[in-house]
Amino acid sequence: MAATFHDALTRLRESQVYKSIFRRGPAVTNRTRSLAVFGNLFLHFLPVKVRQESLRVRATYYLGSITFLLFAILTITGIFLMFYYHPAIPQAYKDMKDLRFVVSNGIFLRNLHRLAAQLMVLAVFAHMFHVFYRGGYKPPHEFNWVVGVILLLVTLFLSYTGYLLPWDQLAFWAITVGTNIISAMPVLGKYVRFQLLGGNVVGENALLRFYVLHCVVFPIVAILFIAIHFWRVQKDGGLTVRDEDGQKEK
Amino acid sequence: MSEPGKHGTSGNPAHAQERGTTRRDFLNEISFSALGIAAIGSAVVTYRYLSPNVLFEPPTTFRAGSPDLYPVNSVTYLPNQQVYIVRMEGGFYAVSAVCTHLGCITQWKPDLNQIACPCHGSKFNPEGTKIEGPAPRPLPHFQISLTLDGELQVDKLETVKPNQVLKV
Repeated sequence: MAATFHDALTRLRESQVYKSIFRRGPAVTNRTRSLAVFGNLFLHFLPVKVRQESLRVRATYYLGSITFLLFAILTITGIFLMFYYHPAIPQAYKDMKDLRFVVSNGIFLRNLHRLAAQLMVLAVFAHMFHVFYRGGYKPPHEFNWVVGVILLLVTLFLSYTGYLLPWDQLAFWAITVGTNIISAMPVLGKYVRFQLLGGNVVGENALLRFYVLHCVVFPIVAILFIAIHFWRVQKDGGLTVRDEDGQKEK
Repeated sequence: MSEPGKHGTSGNPAHAQERGTTRRDFLNEISFSALGIAAIGSAVVTYRYLSPNVLFEPPTTFRAGSPDLYPVNSVTYLPNQQVYIVRMEGGFYAVSAVCTHLGCITQWKPDLNQIACPCHGSKFNPEGTKIEGPAPRPLPHFQISLTLDGELQVDKLETVKPNQVLKV
């Protein structure tokens, strides 16, 4: 059985189609393994080799990976929720109710999206605290720390714009209060609030604007900065690994 | 390329200085200036595009019915308008029900003779003056007038001084 499977795999690897997609031999030597990473769009901004030390749980507690996993869950569940959601008044609230009580497995998807969103904010903070106390923001990682702060803001903006979409009392008043905080900003406050809401009150325009920001604008910004963040980890010489005494290892 | 300095001026700053601005520099400058102006123009028209010209929001002027509906020394909350119509001995005034702290809707508490905000605990007296809480300003008074057919009319875009009351 195993031999048959192995034969089939070998035949697949030797086929013209496979060779046209993966232009290298099987990843058996260090060179071909490196080429496997270099030649893949999704892997090329990750390190080609990783020290075993940096894979230990206590090196990172995988907090960054957990954040990214949650972002992936949020993207997938978010797309599924979009199939049933209309960003209009009062349909938005009814669609949210339908997702909870009518649509098959809707409540699972909605809760997964909601809880993953709350967990992601927690995970981002945990990740940042860990990096901060480990001194991971120090040169040569200082630019990646700035990228991380931008990603924190994008996460909070995603969380905030998503808050309005159920169009319930909590959502309405949270956005009313939040946008009034924005209007307290000197000089520009009034204009930023008007642009963000598309009017003077939290209404139809505000819901649509928050929807577009939540589903299109901020996810694109997040994906771009996540790519830069991962790429810089490699370019800045990998993770900062410390030994048991907290000293930087050579 | 026997004499590098002779071909163009890009590689030889001393030579460029002698001749002043070259044609290439000049074309680069006007091209980038044109691009810059176009970018600023795009930003302006995008800002204009994103500012709605027509708003489908509730009208800010409304009629509050006949003055006889409101007994003397009473505070009446109009939930659709988020305004209190207050009638005192001296006359009528209209107080906003939107808290000046962060925009929550306040409630009239007749037993305490106070207007109270449920969000962060601001309290006001029926004139809109703050008693306690985080609200930075008193509740504004809106312009109130009588229509020709004798009904009260409130304009929520016009705020007036608290001592300005409508005598009927």
